[in-house]
Amino acid sequence: MSSAETNRSWYKRNEIAITPWLFLLPAMLFFAVYVIMPIGQSFWISFHEWDGLGDKTWVGTANYERLLGIGDQNIDRKFEVSFWNNLRWLVLYLLAIPAGLFIALFLNQTVFGIRLYKSLFFFPFVISQVVVGLVFSWFYLPNDGLFDVMTGWFGITITDGVLGNRNTATYGIIAAGLWPQTAYCMILYLTGLNAVDPEQVEAARLDGAKGRKMLWYVILPQLKPATFIAFVVTIIGALRSFDLISVMTNGGPFGSTRVLSFYMFEESLSEFGFRMGYGAAIAVVLFFIMLGFIVYFLWSMYQDEKGAR
Amino acid sequence: MKEAYWEDTMHSILKTSLAALVAAGVTASSAFADGHALSGDLKIISDMSNPAPRAVMEGLVADFGALHPELNVELTIVDREAWKTQIRNALGANPPDVVNWYAANRMRPYVDAGLFADISDLWAEPEFEALASTKGAMTLDDKQWGVPYTYYQWGVYYRKDLFDQYGLSEPTTWEEELANCQTLLDNSVKCYTIGTKFLWTAGGWFDYINSRTNGYDFHVALARGEVEWTDDRVRQTFANWRQLIDMGAFIDSHQNYSWQEALPFMLNGEAAAYLMGNFAVAAMRDGGLTDDQLDFYQFPVINADVDYAEDAPTDTFHIASGAQNVDAAKEFLRFVTSAEVQTEINGGDALGQLPVNANASIDNDKFLEQGFDMLSNNANGGIMQFFDRDFSAEMASVGMEGLQQFMVFPDDLDEILDRLEETRQRIYE
Repeated sequence: MSSAETNRSWYKRNEIAITPWLFLLPAMLFFAVYVIMPIGQSFWISFHEWDGLGDKTWVGTANYERLLGIGDQNIDRKFEVSFWNNLRWLVLYLLAIPAGLFIALFLNQTVFGIRLYKSLFFFPFVISQVVVGLVFSWFYLPNDGLFDVMTGWFGITITDGVLGNRNTATYGIIAAGLWPQTAYCMILYLTGLNAVDPEQVEAARLDGAKGRKMLWYVILPQLKPATFIAFVVTIIGALRSFDLISVMTNGGPFGSTRVLSFYMFEESLSEFGFRMGYGAAIAVVLFFIMLGFIVYFLWSMYQDEKGAR
Repeated sequence: MKEAYWEDTMHSILKTSLAALVAAGVTASSAFADGHALSGDLKIISDMSNPAPRAVMEGLVADFGALHPELNVELTIVDREAWKTQIRNALGANPPDVVNWYAANRMRPYVDAGLFADISDLWAEPEFEALASTKGAMTLDDKQWGVPYTYYQWGVYYRKDLFDQYGLSEPTTWEEELANCQTLLDNSVKCYTIGTKFLWTAGGWFDYINSRTNGYDFHVALARGEVEWTDDRVRQTFANWRQLIDMGAFIDSHQNYSWQEALPFMLNGEAAAYLMGNFAVAAMRDGGLTDDQLDFYQFPVINADVDYAEDAPTDTFHIASGAQNVDAAKEFLRFVTSAEVQTEINGGDALGQLPVNANASIDNDKFLEQGFDMLSNNANGGIMQFFDRDFSAEMASVGMEGLQQFMVFPDDLDEILDRLEETRQRIYE
């Protein structure tokens, strides 16, 4: 017995404990090299002044003081504008969830050619964001754009066009972003609706539930996983809104459509940029905003797991 | 007259190229004790990626290779826009010998980081006197860091047929300019088209109005951060600019358009003129304007006490400080700056721009001829490289955004100037 025990190799003896780690190892390695380390580097760079070429100069928290206006300086105006625009994106982008749900409910029926209708609704999510941006910027053109013509019927004119007016430009871009994002949420809800238990619907119907009550008390609770995922992807989509802004307004007019991710790119990597330290400081601030949401998502996922056990 | 001019130029071309050959022979033999010609590899990275410039660059390399059969020239062409950020990596590890870039402050990061080689010794050679007009733009810290191969003039391109129709002539003073503009506006034609979506076009207007109002030296001092943005002289510039804005001289909603998207206003006669670089001529001709309809005038005088200063952005070649084959690289720089080569590459069938070498001849094109004449005889104030090349990168980006805002909301001027001044103090003090 004891000889058989010692004959087994060290790996065999510890197989149960080690195998999971072996499987995790490649992922952990890549995660460390491509995610954890760059985050650490960004923090490090944000305490320096660096043009990306020469030597870094240690400036302590000067970049953050300038960004947030600590001490005798004003808060960085571009940062302030970007921050509020990010909030607008976060709040308004969430409209994609109810809109997606509504379209999903509408399309969740069996009529002739429903697959075609579904794919047409899904179409905006398939095309590139750059194309979406271009299409919408033509749509919004002053004088010739379809949108301007349509608002003209109601006697509304937006000075300089939607994207040329600093009060409307950000909302115009968000509306463009909602088009593909709604399609994405719709797909999530369509798959969710497939999993709705028909027996529960039947039972609810026998109890006299219908219309809004049926939706609110029977259907929606069963769609909770789909809602959670839709919420996650929409929040993340709102925070990384970059391509649409770059294509449609390039941060303008007069810098009124910048968001943090665009400002970060502009400071550190654009043609007139290469102020790596300051760009990194913006990245760190954006990181903490995202971290808030990520912690919430992880926490609620953890709660669900606990409940399931 | 014309023939004599030609003979003269041909003569000087022969003379300079002979001189260049002799000079090349001398340096080559002093560099190599055994006296044999250039050999090894010469690595060039170029940003001349558009079709016509690309052909020019490939032609240059082929000709240079033919002159030095033992030299192996490797050419890499990178997309022009991409190169603006890629140059940093390219110059870092394992750098090429020769690269393309731009003059003036745009060289600053690479000079400060020691990535461009000091080529003051080349500029000390007698042939380089023909390039004196751009020596200032190639100089940082009293040393020269590259050589120019082409530049182009800026100025007002206008619809001659519209001017004729309303009995207008090319304005030379600000009063004539405003009067012309009023006539056009009375006939519901906008004076100027412009697209400020990508901001830099507004920089051209500032360059001109500021240098015409306060002179070249003041403009350069402002670019160097030596003058406050809230200075009364700067305010005078904006006050002059505002005269045009308040008249409604510029097309509406220009912040929605790129410079190309603003072209149709001029092509279909809704606007009469465009302050632009000479590269716009090709687009205007493609858009259907004939040379009878299209003409050019120099930006008018505002303050009679200051000389004309002109925007003429210069494109350049540089040697990397890590170059492996410095002798071949220097020889290539001598080659591209020679009068003969500059004449050839700037011709109408090639780059269609202006040669920098004073002994080169220009192509038979009315805009190139007017531009060459203007820059050689009527730009005594100085040559500006353009707002985004003269000002430091950060000042330029904040500045151009402010200029765009001013063009739409001139009442915001105080806020804009305070913002620019805050930026200037942070960068330069």
